[in-house]
Amino acid sequence: MAQVQQAADARAAAQSRVRLELLAELVRKDLKVKYKNSALGFVWSMANPLLYLAVFTLVFTFFLPNGVPRFAVLFMAGFLVWSFFNSATLDATGAVVGNANLVRKVRFPRVVLPLASVGFAGVHFVLQLLVFFAFLVPFYPDAFGPQLWLLLPALAVAVAFTVAMSLLASALNVRYRDVQHLLEIVMLAWFWLTPIVYPVTVVRDRLAEEGLLWLFKLYMANPMTAVVVASQRAIYNHPVVTVDGAPRQVLPAGGYGFYLQWLGVAAVVSVALLLIGRWTFRRLQADFAEEL
Amino acid sequence: MAAPTIVAAGVGKRFLLHHKRATSLKERLLLHRQSSSEAFWALRDVDLEIGAGQTVGLIGPNGSGKSTLLKVLSGILAPTTGAVTVRGRIASLLELGAGFNGELTGRENVYLNAAILGLTRRETQRYFDDIVAFAELEPFIDNQVKHYSSGQYVRLGFAVAVHVSPDILLVDEVLAVGDESFQRKCLRKIAEFQQRGCTILFVTHALDLIPRICSRGVVLDHGRVLHDGDPVEAAERLRSLLGTGADQSGGAGAGADRPRVAAVRLFDPASGADKGHFRGGEAMAVEFDVTAPAGTAPVAVRMAVTGPADVPLWVMDSDPLHPGPDGTATVRFTVKELPQIKGIYAFAVAVRDPSSNVTYDARRFSEAFMAVGDTDTGVLEVVWTAEQVER
Repeated sequence: MAQVQQAADARAAAQSRVRLELLAELVRKDLKVKYKNSALGFVWSMANPLLYLAVFTLVFTFFLPNGVPRFAVLFMAGFLVWSFFNSATLDATGAVVGNANLVRKVRFPRVVLPLASVGFAGVHFVLQLLVFFAFLVPFYPDAFGPQLWLLLPALAVAVAFTVAMSLLASALNVRYRDVQHLLEIVMLAWFWLTPIVYPVTVVRDRLAEEGLLWLFKLYMANPMTAVVVASQRAIYNHPVVTVDGAPRQVLPAGGYGFYLQWLGVAAVVSVALLLIGRWTFRRLQADFAEEL
Repeated sequence: MAAPTIVAAGVGKRFLLHHKRATSLKERLLLHRQSSSEAFWALRDVDLEIGAGQTVGLIGPNGSGKSTLLKVLSGILAPTTGAVTVRGRIASLLELGAGFNGELTGRENVYLNAAILGLTRRETQRYFDDIVAFAELEPFIDNQVKHYSSGQYVRLGFAVAVHVSPDILLVDEVLAVGDESFQRKCLRKIAEFQQRGCTILFVTHALDLIPRICSRGVVLDHGRVLHDGDPVEAAERLRSLLGTGADQSGGAGAGADRPRVAAVRLFDPASGADKGHFRGGEAMAVEFDVTAPAGTAPVAVRMAVTGPADVPLWVMDSDPLHPGPDGTATVRFTVKELPQIKGIYAFAVAVRDPSSNVTYDARRFSEAFMAVGDTDTGVLEVVWTAEQVER
């Protein structure tokens, strides 16, 4: 009898707890729906970063040269992880509202909806990263060294921060539907305030010239900046490059202390936001079925 | 009783009816003070313990909170007060195919839907062939669901819902949709679940289903539990709540000075006590007060008992009545032994002139009484008498 009841309790829990299997099924569904009727399928997921790469490389090496040699590598090192964060968060924002018929009628853990958005973006990110690395092997072998390990903590922080933002945005968007539009604008500003198309040292040096070096700390406190800069350090690998015979700092030099320190700050911010996001989501999800 | 599968303790659900509510951050900033709302309790102090294997009929007038209760019990809505504990997997026949994605094939949707209902991929694989066979969709299972007919769509949704081996099945007016063969299939499946010891919570407006299917009836009114127990009494209670008494009047000579039915009383002929539901084989008596102003032609009363769907079952005629000095007469029909067929019976009564066949007054009493027997079909053998009684 006790066993039968335990099994029943387990089945009840399976309907209210986040299960990896359900998450995988939802991500699989999104992928299938997206690529069902396209012959090129996943190749399309490469189109977006390639287009950005082409445009930004054209602009920042030709129209407005920023003097960074092999700029394409530096750009992609930061852009791919940003793109994961950006698309996961924006997609998650509409995840609960977009699945209204499910939320209003079926018992299941609602939190899998934003998490599935993160998973969906994550699958694309991994594929894009693999293709990127495939290109690096012949064209930029310098990337492959011990510094590449820096990518692990950077990505861990990126995932934590992205999940936190996704929980928060998806829950708030049910209550206030313009969160989605607001976030689209915020993300655009956020993109330019993160050192993706320009080296972070430019910001540091400009602020130092103005005597506002304290502001640089604020700039670095943006978790995405810490993640992007660490990814660039891991893949671009040359903090100091030689331009026209003179050395130039593209990324902060002098060991990994700078990167790890700011990743640590970003990790603390992410965990705090994760707790806030989880709390908010739990608080608001009781009303989801009514608000939709 | 086995350990309860569903326990609701002091459950209340309050909805806020917002007159003017900010639905965007922009509005929130602009009209931060003007938000006013009215509280509405859809459920109040609901205590329910449903044991494993029970089939509970949940009935009540429209807006009494039945669907809200189902949603709270199934965890879709969070209760405002109290707590709900559920042991086991809930499958609901509330929304067949909710969560199907038109772009995906039937096969892919089965896996997705089953995952949402809490199954692992391996479990789904085990049930898959049964699901497809039950839905009768073998040739189409790899077609996109958006190309399905609505019938195929509902069949697939139903097949998934009943094949995930639920511990608790929630059924909300599912018999209102689908064609007749589908409804029969539903009822068969429900009976199968009952045999397997599945807990079933059943919302319906078809009161005659309650005694047939349920072992327990719960009547909800204005969000409170009005009755919890015998299903026949539950249906009876709701009937009196709805006031389904005399609801039609008419006839050739409807007017103040014409003979008419004034009152009706249903009771146990042995004890004389009022009674609304009877068991098969029991005796039943009905009395009608008829007013027939002096000088009118002789009147008699004809009573027809109708079964489900208003099919007349038998007709009883009284002899011509002899009204007293106040112009009233009372006629009593006694059925010695009610048939063994379960259901809710209505009756129609007519005050008429037996010689000329003119009907002065006719009334229909819908859902007039409930009888519970053993069979769904059978031969009617009714022994009855009609007599005028002195009051």
